[in-house]
Amino acid sequence: MTVQLQPPFRYVGHKRRVREDRRFVAGGGHYAADLVLPGMLHCAPVQSEHPCARIVAIDASAALALPGVHAVLTGAELAAATEPLMNGANTPLVVRYPLAVGQVRYAGEWVAMVVAESRAIAEDARELVRVEYETLPFVLDGEAAMAPGAPLVHPPHGSNVLLDRHFVWGPVAEQFAAAPRKLSYRVRWGRSSTVPLETFAVTARWEPTDAVLDVWASIQMPKFPDQIARSLRLPGNAVRVHYDVDVGGSYGVKRGIKHAVLVGHLARALNRPVRLVEDRLENMTGGDMQGPERVFDVELAFDDSGRVQAMKMRALDNVGAYAGRSPFQLGKPIGAIVGPYAIAAVEYHALAVASNKTPQEAVRGFGQAPTNYALETGIDKVAAVLGLDRLEVRRRNFIRADQFPYLIPSGTTYDSGNYHGLLDKTVAVADLFAERDALRAQGLLAGVGIASCLEPSGGNSSFEPLLNPANRTTTWMESCRIHVDGLGGITAAMHTTTSGQAHETLVSVAVAEVLEIPPERIRVIRPDSLASLPSNSPVGSRMAIMLGGAAVRAAQKLRHQLMQIAAHDLGVPLLHLRYSEGDIHAPDGRKLSWLELVLIAHREYFRLPEGMEPGLSASSIYMVPTGGQLPLDDKVQMYPCHSFEFHYVLLAMDPVLCRPEIRRYIIGHDCGQVISPDVVKGMTLGGIAHGIGAALLEEFSVDAQTGQPTAASFMDYLLPSAHEVPRVEIVHQVTRSPLTVFGQKGSGESGYLGSPAAIAGAVNDALAPRGVRVDQLPMRPALLSDLVAEGTSA
Amino acid sequence: MQLTLHVNGADHAIDVDDRTSLLDALRDTLGLKGTHAGCEHGVCGTCTVLLNGEPVRSCLMLAAQAEGEVVTTIEGVTPAPGELSVVQDSFVETHGMQCGYCTPGMVLTAHALLRANPAPSRAEIVEAISGNLCRCTGYGQIVEAIELAAQRLARSNTP
Amino acid sequence: MAQALAWMAADPDARLLAGGQTLMPMLAMRLVRPSKLIDIARIPGLDRLEIAADRVELGATLRQVAVERSAALAEAVPLLAKAIRFVGHPPTRRRGTVGGSLANADPAAELALVAVTLGAELLLHDGSAVAAVDFFLAPMTTALPEGAMLTGLRIARQSAPRRGTGFREVAMRAGDYALASAACEVTLDAAGRCASLRLGIGGATPVPTLLPLAALLGTSLTEAKPAIAAALAPLEMMSDGNAGAAYRRRAAQALAEQVLADALAEAMRCN
Repeated sequence: MTVQLQPPFRYVGHKRRVREDRRFVAGGGHYAADLVLPGMLHCAPVQSEHPCARIVAIDASAALALPGVHAVLTGAELAAATEPLMNGANTPLVVRYPLAVGQVRYAGEWVAMVVAESRAIAEDARELVRVEYETLPFVLDGEAAMAPGAPLVHPPHGSNVLLDRHFVWGPVAEQFAAAPRKLSYRVRWGRSSTVPLETFAVTARWEPTDAVLDVWASIQMPKFPDQIARSLRLPGNAVRVHYDVDVGGSYGVKRGIKHAVLVGHLARALNRPVRLVEDRLENMTGGDMQGPERVFDVELAFDDSGRVQAMKMRALDNVGAYAGRSPFQLGKPIGAIVGPYAIAAVEYHALAVASNKTPQEAVRGFGQAPTNYALETGIDKVAAVLGLDRLEVRRRNFIRADQFPYLIPSGTTYDSGNYHGLLDKTVAVADLFAERDALRAQGLLAGVGIASCLEPSGGNSSFEPLLNPANRTTTWMESCRIHVDGLGGITAAMHTTTSGQAHETLVSVAVAEVLEIPPERIRVIRPDSLASLPSNSPVGSRMAIMLGGAAVRAAQKLRHQLMQIAAHDLGVPLLHLRYSEGDIHAPDGRKLSWLELVLIAHREYFRLPEGMEPGLSASSIYMVPTGGQLPLDDKVQMYPCHSFEFHYVLLAMDPVLCRPEIRRYIIGHDCGQVISPDVVKGMTLGGIAHGIGAALLEEFSVDAQTGQPTAASFMDYLLPSAHEVPRVEIVHQVTRSPLTVFGQKGSGESGYLGSPAAIAGAVNDALAPRGVRVDQLPMRPALLSDLVAEGTSA
Repeated sequence: MQLTLHVNGADHAIDVDDRTSLLDALRDTLGLKGTHAGCEHGVCGTCTVLLNGEPVRSCLMLAAQAEGEVVTTIEGVTPAPGELSVVQDSFVETHGMQCGYCTPGMVLTAHALLRANPAPSRAEIVEAISGNLCRCTGYGQIVEAIELAAQRLARSNTP
Repeated sequence: MAQALAWMAADPDARLLAGGQTLMPMLAMRLVRPSKLIDIARIPGLDRLEIAADRVELGATLRQVAVERSAALAEAVPLLAKAIRFVGHPPTRRRGTVGGSLANADPAAELALVAVTLGAELLLHDGSAVAAVDFFLAPMTTALPEGAMLTGLRIARQSAPRRGTGFREVAMRAGDYALASAACEVTLDAAGRCASLRLGIGGATPVPTLLPLAALLGTSLTEAKPAIAAALAPLEMMSDGNAGAAYRRRAAQALAEQVLADALAEAMRCN
């Protein structure tokens, strides 16, 4: 059990510069595409033109004849030399390699990889690769893919359903039978993604004498080295992933297994360093980075006061052409399936369906944002049916502050919260309803949007054994190692990549807090995977909790070692000593300074306690604070901590042009004890901006007739610019988690988890006077305007 | 094709393919890795450099077109090794970035804005950076950084 | 200029490169494969900006940013000043040229809409001129003859004392290609009645289109809605993944009404 450090804190929670920022503003970030190795070769993929086709023949002779071309690798060759990529769902007959083998399953899929002296030559050469296809019927829509007779994406699997799990938690049937009121509805979450500005980049180098594969990749991926080694049939210690690469944004999607396996294979086969840097079009079509695409069918049972007693939710996710980890995005939301509400019984039907679309990858929140959108839409509908205020309905359903820790029906215990408090604090900032009415009086369509939702944080993998009993992984650790050198300098190591979350700052602040030494004096490094302790990467909004926890634990061990040295050297019982800012004081006024302690540890062995190893070093491999039990009766403790956010939004639009404009955005945010205020603020603002994109602009559209992607560039896939993102007002509340070292919770997904729901609510409030509603994202101007003009709903 | 590019105050004689973009010439030939590729079709602004003091997209120029022009990259606004300009330091102070990938373009755009308009309004800042996408920050702390830099520059003489 | 024309004549697959803000992405995506690129940005005098008493002339390689920054031009052709801020973003306006935008003939191009609305003329290298309404034939297609070079845009100055202009558009994001746009210049007589009216639609139609609104001359312009609807009725509206034809028709109507109201309000403030 973690002993929690209590405020006031010396460094935690104080405004402090983010140490990573200094190199970034100077252009000194080290991104994967910046690496230049002698003799490095470059790749360009040959991509499928068809959503579904048999590969009849590949003729690379003309490409190979081009000067500077070294190889054209096909799927058949790669499959013979490697193991299939890891499959998350229990679908052994859904086999996948980095290149298509025998058949393509989506437009943009990699069919072959051209390797040449330069990227330009590789691009020239790929135009010369002739692929003969025999086109096959394809299916793009998730529901259509489930229908009898639908073309099968993976015929050996026998169905397009990759995951079909049905859960009943609590007395759902009884509650529905008894409830005085019921409603049902459908919402659609369009296929969007996080779309980092850096595409995926990886370079691999094979050292034949050492038999080590070095990999530099823009990744955010748990167990990345293991997966590469397994696919390449190498021992685990033959793959050395360099974690000191700066990743140019990820927010979940930078998994890159197929990229790394392929480039690793090529580096070995050609005995030359090989790199693959996707261009933007390749990234958006064949980079396998698109997010959830979901249809929710929801039923709510509630009473006349608006209290929701039970919910039935079916979530159908179109995961695209391969399984990967994407079906698990239906599992993670189980840990907060009732949101902040005291709903006693839930039925949940999770369906992951394959289609001839780009495979899906993990996106910020791992499926939570779509689920929150579905749930919040329902709460708004309950209010509408009963003619109640939407804020009041939320207040009536919220779990009360005195009910924590609170066990939800699906088996997760929420650690702490004060939902009523933050709602009240947030709505006290402004009367957006009055501001809305003033805008309406000007002839605009104006609406207020509300969303209250949770950010489960401290990520573990409990959804894996819950959805796939064959997978019994529950261990989900993070690690930190601290070393004090002979001159007293402190170096702390973290053991994964970082993609903008200021992890080095986090570690330095956490270690500084324990050692009472300024964070600026602590260096933070990211050694390579062979020099690292186990880690599970910055997924699941976990690093403040997990890396912060590991850093504190390691620092506490180090501090304890210092105390033992001092107790021995001063001849004073340890409990009588006082540690202060690196120095240790005895009750009689004697002290050992930091440098003296370092001297003893490093050079004066005769002064060390008997049996103590020399040097000053400590490490922690920190497990998720709620442990790792297997599911029981379809229930499991998912993530340990639960941040809360309350969105309160004013939006307006011209009644004909219907281009939604956010006039005011207020968010109440509670992630427990904040460690780095500027970092949390940035995460929240960035998450809201991302949610604005998902709600209003972004969609990976596909032509229904041809199966071709129609949003394959930044001209068609619309990321919000500074014009589209309003100034955001943040209201803070601190409800500490009892489970973590500082009382912190996660904030890596904040903002995004509720902003699409809030914006959708605001749009619908704006449309309400016209008697129309829209329950699908993105809500683009033409969709809204057409509905207003026709007086229909969608 | 042999060219001379004037970058960050010095002339560089280079030999590149005719089709080489200014972005690729800066990164691959001159090794100036602070200029990043984002979309390479002119939308995201990640590759922004200053051409005669004004922001342009280096992916939308051939290297040959930059001959005879004054090119400034992020490496060129850093006053000395290990030091930061007032604008760069303001970005650090407000944490106007996360992953750092769009940051060089944003910083250069801010430099140019503040040289032309020392006291920009919020709307003018938004317009100036509207051609530079950022996926991390939601722009809030970037706008704050530029506001802070403007205040600081108003009290000092060095950019 | 002569050299550029000679190279073009010698090689039909050569392409002119001006600001590169459209051509360069197409090259990067390998959507076009010219045999040769002829950079015209340094041809002397081709970037001129002449403001005379009766007209203005904008050279083909005049950067859009120069249009944006010229106070004299804003005074001479206020509609142009209003429209230019909708063209892309500051860095693309820094490189993008007047002629490049016109010759590219994107249906949503703001400069093309202004040219059509104001009855401007497009100037060719041989000294001839083509009326803007005759220049834009279809999306990305112009009347520019093979081997010819667009050298500038000539706009006659409107000298009426009571004049107002308006420009609006709706786009997915600020700076994106317009789903629909409208531009208007109106002049009023001493009694406040409409003396002249030019109102054009862009983005919605395959080419920027001037609406026939002669029926409104001599009126107070307060009941323009039916006339605009009638003028839009026969026009073909475009449809794409961002918006269908029905949306564009409604948006064109709404924007036309709004720019007319803007222009009228501005004209009424003149004394």
